[in-house]
Amino acid sequence: MTSVADQISAPLSAGAGVVPLAKAPAIARPTERELRLDLFRGLALWLIFIDHLPQNLLTWLTIRNYGFSDATEIFIFISGYTASFVYGRAMREAGFVVATARILRRVWQIYVAHVFLFTIFLAEISYVATSFENPLYTEEMGIMDFLKEPDVTIVQALLLRFRPVNMDVLPLYIVLMLWLPFILWLMRRSADLTLGLSVLLYAATWQFDLHFSAYPNGSWFFNPFAWQLLFVFGAWCAQGGAQRMSRIIASPITLWICGAYLLFAFLVTLTWYVPQLGHLMPKRLEQWMYPISKTDLDVLRFAHFLALAALTVRFLPRDWPGLKSPWLRPLILCGQHSLEIFCLGVFLAFAGHFILAELSGGTGLHFVISISGILIMSGAAWMFSWYKHSADKSGRAKAAAGNADLAGGGA
Amino acid sequence: MKLVSGAFLSVSLLAGFLAAASAHADDAASNAPAAAPACEVPDYLLSGDVALPKVAEAVKAGGPLNILVVGSRSSAINAGAPEAAAYPGQMLTALKEKLPAIEVNLSVEIQAKKTAEEVAPGLAKLVESKKPTLVIWQTGTVDAVRAVDPDDFRNAVDAGVVALREAGVDAVLVNPQYSPRTESMISPSAYLDNMRVVAQEQEVPLFDRFALMQKWSEDGAFDLFAPVHGAELAKQVHGCLGRALSQFIIASAHPKPAQEN
Repeated sequence: MTSVADQISAPLSAGAGVVPLAKAPAIARPTERELRLDLFRGLALWLIFIDHLPQNLLTWLTIRNYGFSDATEIFIFISGYTASFVYGRAMREAGFVVATARILRRVWQIYVAHVFLFTIFLAEISYVATSFENPLYTEEMGIMDFLKEPDVTIVQALLLRFRPVNMDVLPLYIVLMLWLPFILWLMRRSADLTLGLSVLLYAATWQFDLHFSAYPNGSWFFNPFAWQLLFVFGAWCAQGGAQRMSRIIASPITLWICGAYLLFAFLVTLTWYVPQLGHLMPKRLEQWMYPISKTDLDVLRFAHFLALAALTVRFLPRDWPGLKSPWLRPLILCGQHSLEIFCLGVFLAFAGHFILAELSGGTGLHFVISISGILIMSGAAWMFSWYKHSADKSGRAKAAAGNADLAGGGA
Repeated sequence: MKLVSGAFLSVSLLAGFLAAASAHADDAASNAPAAAPACEVPDYLLSGDVALPKVAEAVKAGGPLNILVVGSRSSAINAGAPEAAAYPGQMLTALKEKLPAIEVNLSVEIQAKKTAEEVAPGLAKLVESKKPTLVIWQTGTVDAVRAVDPDDFRNAVDAGVVALREAGVDAVLVNPQYSPRTESMISPSAYLDNMRVVAQEQEVPLFDRFALMQKWSEDGAFDLFAPVHGAELAKQVHGCLGRALSQFIIASAHPKPAQEN
């Protein structure tokens, strides 16, 4: 991550006073992409897809089975990083108003994507409601009750207050992006102060139980007041924080602490999946530790993500030749078109569920569905980038203006 | 070259994880008592180190053992099946077989479409009127369907368990069913976790209906995915659950002296 920071810090220091000077090289020499970000965002998208399918063989490959944090943390952190990188530069070059307008355009895209997914969800649930009559699950079918008052439900969905299962990430992303202009504005004054305020807000969330209310009751599954910490932390890293942390990351003490913590998390997780080991856990520890809240981004989860990230940055250098290999290409391509691929993933998970339910398929079919989903996502990502390339070629002049969105892989 | 070795390393790591996972699965299978019908109950879902003192006392004294089941719709089978076919009734039959010398009574209180928060305040009154030795409280499903705030849910279950303890009865918690077909619409995990937390904090046995049904589904004992009509599957599952619950109660009333390590 040091090298990313190097690359970003140059325009940052120059950009403060001499805008035209900083602008010129940025356009002349398109900044080289940070492929590790794309790689891990792609990985997060694949993992989110697999986690949304029912439990199966591939589920054992997802990181949530080996520690506290999961793909959502990776996704939000990288989103914060790239958003800050891309729109931060837009703000330096074109000013607050233009950058804000661009961010709002992005927010609108995400919102439309969310509504599109909700429509698909409605279609699925309505179908299941009419075809499923297992008396064993009479009670679970209560989920269909909201179909009885579509007037309320659909309006609440448009207001982002009614969010069915597996559709929680985009609303969180929308709220975080809405805060982004303010975050970036503040970061131009003092990045550290911004991060400090973010930590304060996180602490206040736990202290005062801040939350977004949801419909019909309860609150948002991903509490934006808590999850903003990861997003802002990502933004802070992109604004030079990563460079300043490089010495800490390189120190052997950090290595040992991270390693030990990851091992601890792994052992704890093991007791969830191998209940025979449950009695080995000290009661005191259990009572102190549980529940590990995903809604409010438990400190244990955040620390687990930090440990993972520190080790990744340490052992996977920016110039690792593998990043150019054709084998990792599908992951990187998926990461470069995150919004499209995320939506496709949620849709494919719905579709996969549906096929499994209709064909009452076994493990074999399950495996086939998971693999085909990943292939479809990769194929789509390849197509998107092919299209973008050819569109770029035909419209050189236009591309220069839209380039900010491309550089970070669409924040 | 470096890349190839890197890829090889990660593949072999993954293979290691998988091998470890399946080895554990084998252990579990070989440890479980052989034979029995398709729906066997693995030991680790039974062995509670948490005791049911009042139940143990009642059994020792030669009865009667009065059981009250408080639950939502999933504690009953509708669609024309008799009440005895649901898991509380099946549990009663199994308990009578296992404790032939003792009088066992059952009453079932179905509170359809009520969340834990709505049921908990009434528990003390129910105990007063039915005078049970043991209350089996099945909850969590309605909360998951309505996506109640998980913290509120935990507080409600906690309050309910405390009320039962203060009323001087033993309590067992029963969590939601495993329902693969609605998995993309209802997310039970937060409610399962929070029930486990309350069970741990209050030292109350938790009958893990979810894990049991999931295991049976994975073993192929039942096809819980199927959109079957008719009550046959439901009756079979409830029969298995009832027998498992009776085993669970007897095991919790006589906890093993010490877990051999």
